[in-house]
Amino acid sequence: MPTKHELMPALQKTFHALLQMLPIIFGMLLLTSILVTLFPREVITQLLGQGNLADSLVASGIGSIAAGHPIASYLVAGELLSAGAGLVAVTAFIVAWVTVGIVQLPAEAMLLGVRFALWRNLFCFLSSIAIAYLVAFTLKMIELT
Amino acid sequence: MIMSVIYFLLFLIEPTIAYDTGLVFITMLQQVLPALGLVFLLLLLANLFLDPSRVKRYLGKTSGISGWIIAVFSGIFSVGSVYAWYAMLSDLKKKGMDQQLVAAFLYSRAIKLPLLPLMIHYFGVAYTLILSLYLVIFAVLNGFLVGKSQGRPGES
Repeated sequence: MPTKHELMPALQKTFHALLQMLPIIFGMLLLTSILVTLFPREVITQLLGQGNLADSLVASGIGSIAAGHPIASYLVAGELLSAGAGLVAVTAFIVAWVTVGIVQLPAEAMLLGVRFALWRNLFCFLSSIAIAYLVAFTLKMIELT
Repeated sequence: MIMSVIYFLLFLIEPTIAYDTGLVFITMLQQVLPALGLVFLLLLLANLFLDPSRVKRYLGKTSGISGWIIAVFSGIFSVGSVYAWYAMLSDLKKKGMDQQLVAAFLYSRAIKLPLLPLMIHYFGVAYTLILSLYLVIFAVLNGFLVGKSQGRPGES
C-alpha cells in the first residue's frame, strides 16, 4: 500500500500530467468541432468514408505527420467516425498517429540509428493500413457469428 | 492556444458557424469528461507503481520469448515522453539489447492503457480489444522485420 510520502508526489505528478493534457484535449475538441461544422458529413464521407485503399492511405498519411498526445488522435478519430468517416480510415489514422513518428524521426535516428528509424517507421506505416483492414474485417466476422 | 486564436478568428469572420461549433464543442466535452476521470485514475496508478529503472532492470538482461514478452509489456506499461525512452533504449542498445526488442517496445507503446476508457467511449469494447490485440501481434512482427532489416542484432 503506498504511503503518504509516495502518494503525494504521485498525485502531484498525475495532476501535472493531466493539466498538460487539458489544453491538448480542449484544442483538439475545438479543432474537431470546427472541422465537423465546416465540412458537411458528405465531404468527410467522400474523403474518408469510401472504405477503399485511398482512404486508409490518406488517413495513415495524416496520422503519420500528426504530432501530439495520443489522446488527441482518439478524440479526432472518434468524432470523425461520428461525422461519416469510415472505420478503416479512422483506425489507420489512430494507429499511424501512435506508431509512426515523422516529427520524432530526427531524434530517433540520432539515438537509435538512421537505418533503424527509417525502417521501423516504414513498417509502422504499412502496419497501420494492414491493422485497419484487419480490425474492420474481424469486427465484421464477430457481427456475423 | 492556437486553436483558441483560430476559433476567435472564425467568430469574427463567421459568427454563426462559430456558434454552431461552440455547441458541438460543449456536447463533445460533456461526453468525454467521465472517461477523462478514469484516465486520471489510471495515470495515478502508473505513477505510483511503475518507474523507468524497474523496467530497465528486466528489459536489459533477458532474451528469447521472455525477452519479447517483457519488451512488449514494458512498452504497453511505459509512460512519459518517447524522447526519454529513446535515450534509455539507446543506452540499452549499446549494452547489447536486441534491436528487435527495441522496435517491439516502441511499437507496444501504441497501447495506452490509461487512455483505453476514452477509446472504449468512442469505439466500444470489442473494437478496443481487437485493436489492442492486433497492436500486440504487430509489435512482435514489427520487431522481427526491423531486426531483419538491420542485419545482425546489435548493429544499427
